[in-house]
Amino acid sequence: MAERVKLNDSTLTTDGLTLPSVDARVLLLACGALAHEILALIRVNGWSHLSLTCLPAILHNHPDRIPDAVEAAVLKHRADYDAVFVVYADCGTGGQLKTVCDRLGVGMVEGPHCYSFFEGNDAFAERGEVTSFFLTDFLVKQFDAFVWKPLGLDRHPDLRDMYFGNYETLVYQAQTDDPALTAKAQDCAARLGLKFERRFTGYGDLETTLRAVAKD
Amino acid sequence: MADEEDDIILSELPDDELTLQMHDDLYDGLKEEIEEAVGILLERGWTPYDILTKALVAGMTVVGNDFRDGILFVPEVLLAANAMKGGMAILKPLLVETGAPRMGKMVIGTVKGDIHDIGKNLVSMMMEGAGFEVLDLGINNSVDAYLEALESEQPDILGMSALLTTTMPYMKVVIDTLIEQGKRDDYIVLVGGAPLNEEFGKAIGADAYCRDAAVAVETAKEFVARKHNQMATG
Repeated sequence: MAERVKLNDSTLTTDGLTLPSVDARVLLLACGALAHEILALIRVNGWSHLSLTCLPAILHNHPDRIPDAVEAAVLKHRADYDAVFVVYADCGTGGQLKTVCDRLGVGMVEGPHCYSFFEGNDAFAERGEVTSFFLTDFLVKQFDAFVWKPLGLDRHPDLRDMYFGNYETLVYQAQTDDPALTAKAQDCAARLGLKFERRFTGYGDLETTLRAVAKD
Repeated sequence: MADEEDDIILSELPDDELTLQMHDDLYDGLKEEIEEAVGILLERGWTPYDILTKALVAGMTVVGNDFRDGILFVPEVLLAANAMKGGMAILKPLLVETGAPRMGKMVIGTVKGDIHDIGKNLVSMMMEGAGFEVLDLGINNSVDAYLEALESEQPDILGMSALLTTTMPYMKVVIDTLIEQGKRDDYIVLVGGAPLNEEFGKAIGADAYCRDAAVAVETAKEFVARKHNQMATG
């Protein structure tokens, strides 16, 4: 697991990811949108006892499907590991994912969604931003697949203000320093007719959460 | 795209075919065609109320059903709503002038911390189409904003909407405040929004959860009729 894994963002969006579990004792079952960050943390920290399986990131657009998908994956993989940890926050499931994880006896990430835990749940709640639309590194890269096309803006750009008219700012929560991604995020803001703000978050509460999982 | 020679001339269609064509045009989100057809029916002496119910609301009900059944998706529904809005803009002042039947009054708004209003706007429009007077409070409404509007408007129905799992619990704050103030039974409380379900509606003490705009209209009619019956027998 320590070597760099080549990831394809389109595949992470539609299919997810399964890595071979060489001597790993703990499975991280994650959203495909977090694969880059989780693998980076595993690599730099030498957490060779952690393996990673990702569900398709596009479930982000269908939160009602997340609990069943997570449950099926936990049941499929749990016999191969000492423990499974679910790397999802509530993610729009309205507490249903927590109910599933509690029933299965597996842990999950605290917080309402990745925008919150990347920034730090307390800091995010403190800001109380209502009119901001958030994108992470992954969502900037996959903007068309997650935002533009599913909302039909590729076919009907005139619908833009019906969707985004009440938003003011696109906040790009940057996990890494990448000028090309920042430029793309800026372009996303322009396409949505929003002001742009770049906010470097790093890995936020994701890092502290995984550090605790790796230690247990 | 049809060839020019296949283009339909709306003004040449008889009434029954024109109404069916309006259903199709709504389905396809053709705002200009809807506006033109509304004008034609008005010229032919249709009442604004008949145009609204038989052409626009009936057409939007088909759109709503196909959305519910997974045949249409949000962008198509928005285009249809936009087309209906065009027709409504022509009819609304005329409906007031001609004294169209009124079903009741509704105050509606998206809850505090939430700026999403697509679903709420659809409900507002469909409720108006069904003959309800609607006061739309817009987005990000505090409990005080709801209470103030209820006090001044004295509606039959309070509608609350939320898109986020983080904001939907605020509906309970509003309902609990109404209970504290002894006003809960004065209003029919309907709730809706993508992450909600019937169980949530019951848990927070709403009268009903409405899955979509068409269901909201039917539920509102049913509850208002029940309320009137109770008043008649009480």
